[in-house]
Amino acid sequence: MSILTADTLKPIAIGAVIFAALAFLPSLVDNYYMSLAISVASFAVLATAWSMFSGPTRYISLATVVFFGIGAYTVAVLGELMPFALVLVCAGLVGTVIALLVGFSTLRLAGVYFVIFTFGLTELVRQVVSWHEVNVTREMGRYVFLDITQNDIYWQLLALFAVLLLTGFILGRSRLGFALRIIGEDETVAKHCGIDVTRIKIALFVLSALFMTLTGAIMAPRWTYIDPVIAFNPMLSFQVVIMALLGGPRRLLGPLLGVIPLTLLFEVLTANFPNHFSILLGCVFMVIVYLLPNGVIGLYEKYRPPKKRSHTPNSTKSGETPA
Amino acid sequence: MFSYAVFSGITLGGMYALVAMGLTLQYGVSRIMNLAYGELVIVASFVAYILMTTLGINPIVGLLIIIPASFALNWIIYRILLTPLVARAKNRGMLEVDSILATFGLLFIVQGILLVWFGGNYYSYDFMNNAVDVFGAAIAANRLVALGFAVVIGLGFYLVLTRTRIGTALRAVAVDPTSARLVAIDVNFASCFAFALGGAMAAVGGVLVSMFLTFSTSMGVVFTMKALIVVIMGGVGNMLGALVAGLILGVAESLVATYVDPGLTIAITYVIFLLVLLIKPSGLFGRSSS
Amino acid sequence: MQISKRLRIATLTAATTALMSTATLFGANAQETYRIGYAISKTGPGAPGAATSTTPNYEMWVKEINDAGGLKVGDKQIPIEVVEYDDRSSSEEAVRAIERLINQDKVDFILSPWGTGINLAVAPILDRAGYAHIAGTAVTDKAPQLAKRWTNSYWLLGTGEQYAVELAEFLKGLKDDGKINDKVAMIAVADGFGIELSKAGREALEDRDFELVYDKTYPLGSQDLATIVNEIKSLGVDTFVAFSYPPGTLGLTEQSRILKFNPKVFYAGVGTAFPLYKNRFGDDAQGVISLGGASENDPKIADYIERHVAFAGREPDRWASIVNWASLQSLQQAIERAGSTEREAVNAELAKGGFDTILGTYKPGDQNFWQVGQWQDGKFVGIAPTSMEGAQDLVFPKPDWNGAQ
Repeated sequence: MSILTADTLKPIAIGAVIFAALAFLPSLVDNYYMSLAISVASFAVLATAWSMFSGPTRYISLATVVFFGIGAYTVAVLGELMPFALVLVCAGLVGTVIALLVGFSTLRLAGVYFVIFTFGLTELVRQVVSWHEVNVTREMGRYVFLDITQNDIYWQLLALFAVLLLTGFILGRSRLGFALRIIGEDETVAKHCGIDVTRIKIALFVLSALFMTLTGAIMAPRWTYIDPVIAFNPMLSFQVVIMALLGGPRRLLGPLLGVIPLTLLFEVLTANFPNHFSILLGCVFMVIVYLLPNGVIGLYEKYRPPKKRSHTPNSTKSGETPA
Repeated sequence: MFSYAVFSGITLGGMYALVAMGLTLQYGVSRIMNLAYGELVIVASFVAYILMTTLGINPIVGLLIIIPASFALNWIIYRILLTPLVARAKNRGMLEVDSILATFGLLFIVQGILLVWFGGNYYSYDFMNNAVDVFGAAIAANRLVALGFAVVIGLGFYLVLTRTRIGTALRAVAVDPTSARLVAIDVNFASCFAFALGGAMAAVGGVLVSMFLTFSTSMGVVFTMKALIVVIMGGVGNMLGALVAGLILGVAESLVATYVDPGLTIAITYVIFLLVLLIKPSGLFGRSSS
Repeated sequence: MQISKRLRIATLTAATTALMSTATLFGANAQETYRIGYAISKTGPGAPGAATSTTPNYEMWVKEINDAGGLKVGDKQIPIEVVEYDDRSSSEEAVRAIERLINQDKVDFILSPWGTGINLAVAPILDRAGYAHIAGTAVTDKAPQLAKRWTNSYWLLGTGEQYAVELAEFLKGLKDDGKINDKVAMIAVADGFGIELSKAGREALEDRDFELVYDKTYPLGSQDLATIVNEIKSLGVDTFVAFSYPPGTLGLTEQSRILKFNPKVFYAGVGTAFPLYKNRFGDDAQGVISLGGASENDPKIADYIERHVAFAGREPDRWASIVNWASLQSLQQAIERAGSTEREAVNAELAKGGFDTILGTYKPGDQNFWQVGQWQDGKFVGIAPTSMEGAQDLVFPKPDWNGAQ
């Protein structure tokens, strides 16, 4: 299971080339397309990070925005005090600590209880941050005046996404990844194999939260002004879940297949139907649920050439079970 | 001061319970995690508003129209939109994910339609806002009415579910749809019935709440979330649990506002909710799940 | 891999074509019209505010100008064409919508979105692209610095401090006349607006020897404020100040009425100056004080209110709507004065000011509007600054609540 085999080097090389090419995007398109690219990139990181934990464990977490918001707030608080790279490190630390706390306390919950818990957590964090700002700093909104351009944000997100994919790729080929797949198939079996299920889940939760926190931190300078309502907007959590589920959360590139079409679709609908966006969005959702029950990746699994399978000896059938 | 805090907390809690009871039925029996629930609450609020302001029909009388109409509407929603999902779902988890996605879509559709008709504005009207003296505390009559409905519906359904044949059938479906089928219960009918009934309760909640809250087309999600918390805290499918959970949250909010800081009222509801979940994950009155 | 990539490319192309086609659809007749763009919260938490103070004014302004044949630019009449988006009350959506207006739709002018947060989010983009930014619904203590930072930006509603200070000054007058005692109860919504006003209010009131016997916040979105009112009622205050948002404003008023809490001065926050408030409370609105106000005897204002009713089917609010309308009038005059649709020329005219509006001679950003107003006989009239022309006398003390029927 060595990482450095021809079989693993090839995808890494291809990925590196693609990312290198994407880094030149800013010189090709105007600001509008850049803002669209940022949107795609940020959701790509969030949805992939979400799936890293939720794919194998099947826990639907609505806490995405908790970590995203914490990242954004860290920038708002520390942004003008230290270099941005250091701020990102701090954001990552804060996110990790909170994810550890949340992970230890919640992972015994299952199913819908976990879903609602994570949602409740969002509201709680938002209320506590509000209360802190009101009573301690006596300033509700925070201003983020940083010299960070749209292109900087794009490059940072791109780099973050590359790191995330690489992490996921290595993870998928490691012993840990193997353990994860067993957990994903059947937790009881995993326990019987001597896998420390809880520890692995927490490790994954923290890892996924770390990437979400960093995304929030990277995005924060884009809005100039941050308050708890802006930073902890629960819609974001829902969007990430929907995108990941549409794409297929159990494969590394699955979420991306949900992120790209949905972000573009949202964009087309917003741009053309400002007054009927909600209705159309709702209809699109319905169509997806009824016609694409297994997500885009399900379509791909259904139609892909069968011989391709021999290329990835490690792949299990997990991707074919409905998400 | 203390007695006032408790009384106003009880009326507040009654409102939470009222809004949550329909969802506990929909989720508990029909197994539909209905994210569009709050939108259906708001739809009823708007209907009550229209009846009141254009036709002069008071909301309580309006219930006579709104209850059957919403029952029918929810019946149709279940039959057309949700039955295919139930049919194809291989297990409860799948249905949960599918119903979350489908009702999320429904949420947007309903909100979009309301938006086209009513715009984004705030709405509010004046009905039964006179004060009633309850043991020395002045409480708005409309809030008492809402509390009364919550208690009657909560206890009434508790009795129906535990003491009657149809109630037993509904509970059997809630516990295990597959086995319920074995004892000759029409599971599809029972689920559809429970969903429609839950929708009708949502409408009752919406009508009563519109008498004292300012509402707008974008407020549905607030009700969905409040209802979800009460449902999960009380134990899924348990009417009495929803009533108790609602009252606990209401009184806690009220006491915190009086003795600690009104700025923490929403925080305290989530703290209580999260604590209950951590200590007793299946809710106050829930069966412990496997 | 192959299929997924093909699929991805296919969706990308489809989406891009759809985008392009809308762009060309609008671009075709770019020369004959003046293109105005805006992104506003049609959905989400900001929607009610936007639908009250902003959207009807934008729509009515465009309609009135187009009905008259268009903007008079030089010797031509140029009709206005509108490109509008829904920012869904999200800063990120707003940022992207503004980028779209600038880069895709290439509009001539961009009207501001709704709310402090979103206006701040889009301000740097507008500034960088050389668009003027008439922020119509932002209240921020940084307003003066922001106007300097982004030279073409105008912060119409000013700072939270100015409203609080004007109120405190007015209350001091009442206290000095022996009309009210020195006890004040203050409650604020835990949002940027409420916190800025309460912070400034706290200082201003304490500077004027008032005692704040109650000084708390309530969470955004909360409407159930009975316990707050009940507690305040027992404190023996003559003055009640709520820096609240519309749902809270209505909730607090309702509870005060139920509990018969009737202080001599009853000040409620945003939403009081909305027509909704009058419709809801009828005669009980009499004597309630809030921020904003209108010189309803001024024929220009009366005419504006009448036209607004005819257009939108309801009255405008008496605070942000009026200021926003004055800014729209200014914009029209700036374009006509510039005699050109060139952005720089229009921006330069805007900066000169001296426009004839419902607020009199006006330049966007001027704070020559009512800071404190009061409901008097179904009209929300201006009472402070008392030095302003047309200031009405205060109805004092606030009459008893009639109670609900």
